Amino acid sequence: MTEIPLIVPIGTLPVTEYQHPLMQAYWVQLDTQFKPVEEVFEAVMEEALALLTRAGIKDYLDAARLIGKLGRGAEPMLAFLEAWPSAASTLGEAALPEIMAVIDKMQRSPNSKAITPFLQTLAPVARSVQTQAQMQHYLALTLDFMERTTGSIHGHHTTFPSPGLPDFLLQAPFLLSQLSLGGLKNWVEYGVRNYRSHPERQIDYFTVQSADSRAVLQRERHGTLFMDVERRLDLYLRGLWQDSDQLVPYSSAYDEIRKPIPYYDKLGLRVPDVFDDRAGVTGMDRYRVVLAHMIGHRRWTTTQVADNWSPFQRMAVEFFEDCRVETLLCREYPGLHRLLLALHPHPVEAACDPLTTSCLRHRLAMLSRALLDPQHGYHDADLLDFTARFHALMAEGEASTGAIATLALSYVARTRRQTDQLAKVHFDDTVIDYRDDNRQMWRFIEEDDEGEIADQHRKMDKSEELKGLPPRHYPEWDYQSQTYRPDWASVYEGLHPSGNAGDIDSLLQKHGALAKRLKKMLDLLKPQDKVRIRYQEEGSELDLDVALRSLIDFKGGAQPDTRINMSHRTDGRDIAVLLLVDLSESLNEKVAGSEQTILELSQEAVSLLAWAIEHLGDPFAIAGFHSNTRHEVRYQHIKGFSEHFDDTVKGRLAAMQAGYSTRMGAAIRHAAHYLGGKKADKKLLLVLTDGQPADVDVHDERLLIEDARQAVKEVDREGIFTYCINLDPKADEYVADIFGRQYSVIDNIQRLPERLPELFLALTK
Amino acid sequence: MNTEQYTIQTEPYYQSQGREVALYEAAYAARLPVMVKGPTGCGKSRFVEYMAWKLKRPLITVACNEDMTASDLVGRYLLDANGTRWLDGPLTTAARIGAICYLDEIVEARQDTTVVIHPLTDHRRVLPLDKKGELIAAHPDFQLVISYNPGYQSLMKELKQSTKQRFVGFDFDYPEAELETLILAKETGLDAAMAGRLVKIAGVARNLKGHGLDEGISTRLLVYAATLIKHGVAAQDACRMALVRPLTDDADIRETLDHAIDSTFA
Ligand SMILES: Nc1ncnc2c1ncn2[C@@H]1O[C@H](COP(=O)(O)OP(=O)(O)OP(=O)(O)O)[C@@H](O)[C@H]1O
Ligand SMILES: [Mg+2]
Repeated sequence: MTEIPLIVPIGTLPVTEYQHPLMQAYWVQLDTQFKPVEEVFEAVMEEALALLTRAGIKDYLDAARLIGKLGRGAEPMLAFLEAWPSAASTLGEAALPEIMAVIDKMQRSPNSKAITPFLQTLAPVARSVQTQAQMQHYLALTLDFMERTTGSIHGHHTTFPSPGLPDFLLQAPFLLSQLSLGGLKNWVEYGVRNYRSHPERQIDYFTVQSADSRAVLQRERHGTLFMDVERRLDLYLRGLWQDSDQLVPYSSAYDEIRKPIPYYDKLGLRVPDVFDDRAGVTGMDRYRVVLAHMIGHRRWTTTQVADNWSPFQRMAVEFFEDCRVETLLCREYPGLHRLLLALHPHPVEAACDPLTTSCLRHRLAMLSRALLDPQHGYHDADLLDFTARFHALMAEGEASTGAIATLALSYVARTRRQTDQLAKVHFDDTVIDYRDDNRQMWRFIEEDDEGEIADQHRKMDKSEELKGLPPRHYPEWDYQSQTYRPDWASVYEGLHPSGNAGDIDSLLQKHGALAKRLKKMLDLLKPQDKVRIRYQEEGSELDLDVALRSLIDFKGGAQPDTRINMSHRTDGRDIAVLLLVDLSESLNEKVAGSEQTILELSQEAVSLLAWAIEHLGDPFAIAGFHSNTRHEVRYQHIKGFSEHFDDTVKGRLAAMQAGYSTRMGAAIRHAAHYLGGKKADKKLLLVLTDGQPADVDVHDERLLIEDARQAVKEVDREGIFTYCINLDPKADEYVADIFGRQYSVIDNIQRLPERLPELFLALTK
Repeated sequence: MNTEQYTIQTEPYYQSQGREVALYEAAYAARLPVMVKGPTGCGKSRFVEYMAWKLKRPLITVACNEDMTASDLVGRYLLDANGTRWLDGPLTTAARIGAICYLDEIVEARQDTTVVIHPLTDHRRVLPLDKKGELIAAHPDFQLVISYNPGYQSLMKELKQSTKQRFVGFDFDYPEAELETLILAKETGLDAAMAGRLVKIAGVARNLKGHGLDEGISTRLLVYAATLIKHGVAAQDACRMALVRPLTDDADIRETLDHAIDSTFA
């Protein structure tokens, strides 16, 4: 990764004046003079205000201020300001102290360089892990990694920073899109254990470059990942069960002793983040079975007061009730039965010795099997008796939790044994892993539900509508690791400022002769768009072919066709065009052998093109873009699709100004966002630029070229045809890499005003 | 005029879902134009057919399409040995003989075509044949019925208010599970248990409307599936072929529906 230059605050900067007093107050609270922060402050605050609670805003600004004072420049503060509101809306604001604690630990160790990448990937990581509990696993993993790889190179104690940590943090979103948290843990463990004292190889491993790094990744990538099937699970709930709820994943890799079990509460249905195939049942079907079981409880189980019953009694009630809801589920969808039997253990009847071991679980697991499986093959008389009583009860209808509890209690009374109390419990084949932990079934009289109220509050905040226009975040392609950096570039859009429309009119006049020539070409184009509709009873003109044929039919005594006219329809041309104009600093340069700047020539060319397209009537938009680091890509609307080429638009064209850099990929992605929304047969994205993509925070020349190339590929998949008009004499070195064959280099820039419309017409003929 | 050809000889099977039969009779008694709305394949056409039979009126059905011109409805001059001869269009015929004229999927027709029905659908009850210079007063038994599927609605395919507000309306939807099961069984002879399972699968798809499906599985598709099963096709195959494949290309939804089929036919 290229290190981003620090922008040093200048002490003499005046305090920014924000229009809104509240904004001013927030700014003061942030207490910073970083210029790049100032530039995006209002926009990030808009997003924060939309996503965070009032208390959350205060914590947000306090934390940002703290990060700003770490002596690592503006970058970590910017990254935090951008990441936290969205991360908080997934994890909850309560996750902030844990994150700040990690930053603190990094700062106190030689690893303060890892703070920036940690914050940069926080938002996408949060989206992957989804919950605060999962995030804690990720943070613990990060710290463990840091501690074990720091300063161990020469045996010195914490003197050298962890070589692999920054790269690992940058890769985390990608890794989490491939692995469950458990898989990630194993992958990290392998790297730490093997390359603890090999800085280079450690880096190779954690940038996912080395062969074994990829191999371990492959190995850990097994089973069905929750995030890959989330939509299908949602469809399953809605379609088959007319239910829907938040699905919340948990990881089973971190609690070795007490493996988490599925459960549900007010916040949603909790399921593991990965399921391997088991017993001939696919991971996907295992998810479905888990969900179906919980849906069964939600439909048919009523809460029981737990305080009066012993743990054994409760356990028996749970087994019986689980079987009741599963019986009812199978009535709805008989196919479920096969899956349940495949996943349900089939304990061996003699496996538990009641003289030495507590067999209660074993008995109940056998009973559970018997209640579901007519082919259970058991002989125990009590088991057979209660199986029969269960079926008799269910034959009457749905029964109820209360009725089944009564049956369960009499089962306990009948089968109780002294040895059930023994410490040694028979566990083999007694775990039914698709069943939830039944916490919803019980109510303890002295229950405390304060926590839930706080949780609910957060959920409401989350669904509140966004205010204003927060930045849109786009990924950027990192060709070295062949992965996306999620949410990397922030695009702010706005209306281009306005100037004097008359200027554009005089430009157009200046090119009067050219306009005349263009008009001829336009007129040639236009009539060809007309579609002839033949066989019309009434139309604009006689269709001679058909008329003659009819006449012959008529003379020959056959019934003639009376539809001898034709008419025209002019909507044959169905192209939407968006012209994306590079407005970076280099446009201010004078064109060789001319008094005009590239900007002025572009202005003329764009005006002529706009005039020409207006004449043709194609839906057409113009936008300008430039950038000042990935935090600030500006996208300015000059002409919207719904606007005509009138004085408002001409005014904006007249005010066109150049400055800053060219982060082209983000601009292309954002333009495609608009163009993609248009309904048209053909969508054309024209990119007018004078140089290669570049930005001040990127030192690797290839990076933004490769990203732009990737962006062109992406929008191509959306049916958008991208075409570049390039004014850079050295464009051949890179333009084909980005645009394939879809480009023209204009060598004689002075001819741009005529070449641009010509090119467009040729492209759309 | 041979009205025989437009008369429905045998009673069409129609399972009523509510009071629509009585309400239609009332609308007909007052000769009010009727609009039937509802998703595709839910029984709109079948209902109109049944009402025509019940009221003993001839029924003239026109499937509308976007190439249809006013002449296709009203009529045109044809050339013949002696010069020209006028031929009535279906709407004119219906107005002359007192039939029920059913314009199916009216939104498909162009707006300049739809306006020809205006004079027939207000108190005037007349149809001007501009080219022929004739003004027909509609037969006292004539009635106009249009159908349309509100699901199609787009800016381009929306009836004008001035057209809409000439009709009394019936809202149709897919029948309740029990009724739909009955319909399947009666229409195809499939046993009720099997029919019930088909309806259940349709329910799954209908729950997904708006979550990737524009429209659920129609009664018509269920009839197709039932017919295939009656012809000896295995139920799961028939369902995939008639209920899932035509419906969507969304892989997640297909998978969910396939799973529903497998879970339903154990
Ligand atoms: N109430 C019903 N009684 C009997 N059959 C019905 C009923 N509803 C639907 N059907 C069956 O469904 C099939 C489709 O119905 P129909 O053709 O009337 O649909 P529609 O609503 O007119 O559809 P579209 O809008 O696509 O024309 C019928 O052929 C019939 O088999
Ligand atoms: Mg129909």
